[in-house]
Amino acid sequence: MKPLLPHPILSLMLLGLWLLLVNSIAPGQILLGALLAWLIPLYTVRFWTAQVRIRRPLSLLRLAGTVLVDIVVANLAVARLIVGPMARIQPAFIRMPLRLQGNVGVSLLANIVTLTPGTLSASLSPDRSELIIHALQGHDPGAIIADIRTRYEQPLLDALEQR
Amino acid sequence: MDLLMESLIAVLILIGAAFTCLGSIGLVRLRDFYERLHTPTKATTLGVGSLLIASAIFFSWTMPGISLHEVLVAVFLFITAPVSAHLMAKAALHLRERGETGLPPETTLQRHDGSGRLSEDKDGNQDGNAADSG
Repeated sequence: MKPLLPHPILSLMLLGLWLLLVNSIAPGQILLGALLAWLIPLYTVRFWTAQVRIRRPLSLLRLAGTVLVDIVVANLAVARLIVGPMARIQPAFIRMPLRLQGNVGVSLLANIVTLTPGTLSASLSPDRSELIIHALQGHDPGAIIADIRTRYEQPLLDALEQR
Repeated sequence: MDLLMESLIAVLILIGAAFTCLGSIGLVRLRDFYERLHTPTKATTLGVGSLLIASAIFFSWTMPGISLHEVLVAVFLFITAPVSAHLMAKAALHLRERGETGLPPETTLQRHDGSGRLSEDKDGNQDGNAADSG
């Protein structure tokens, strides 16, 4: 017996996506969007293997805010590095042991790491226990790891249910 | 009012253009592949971001209704930019592309024992080996 609405979050996202695409909130478009948001998850249910449960949406929202601010900071910091002397750039690869498990959590963290100051997620170890990060200023790997831990990984750990 | 909106939009477009330009300068000035990956993901997210905000303001202001298409562009950009950077970095690691940094320790990379070429250099630079701070 298939549940009627297998992925409520996906459905909500699809409805939002549709309304943004057509750029209108006319009742007809909402109806059409709702129909699509109901049918598409129903027919692609086998593709979505891992079900994610969001335990604390507020914590996720706060994380989104932090990330947006950090993106602006990242841009300014990288911009300053680019126009400044190249000697200030001391790149390094950093191995960061992951506490997060699960596809969604790890990919979210990797994306955030890439978007934020001077770091780039370069690879994931085959057993998914470590994220390999390339840092533009990697002279203090411990500080970078601690920063990522407290700012991004902890909120993700709090917000997502581990699967 | 006109002047205010126009100058706001102009400033946003200029900021966007400046950051896109900085991204390109970064591509020229940075020294190796991995460093160059940093600029398109960062300097352009803010660059394109401000251009999109300018666009949203302009079209919401001149056309009837509110224009929110731009949100979608931003969302797709924020999803695709890190993913493509990650894939390029990963591909470079698999090809054992050595930058200024050397390579991360071997054990963390997937081994390709089938082809002898990849397993021959084991002297990956240990610079990036972070202490396991628990």
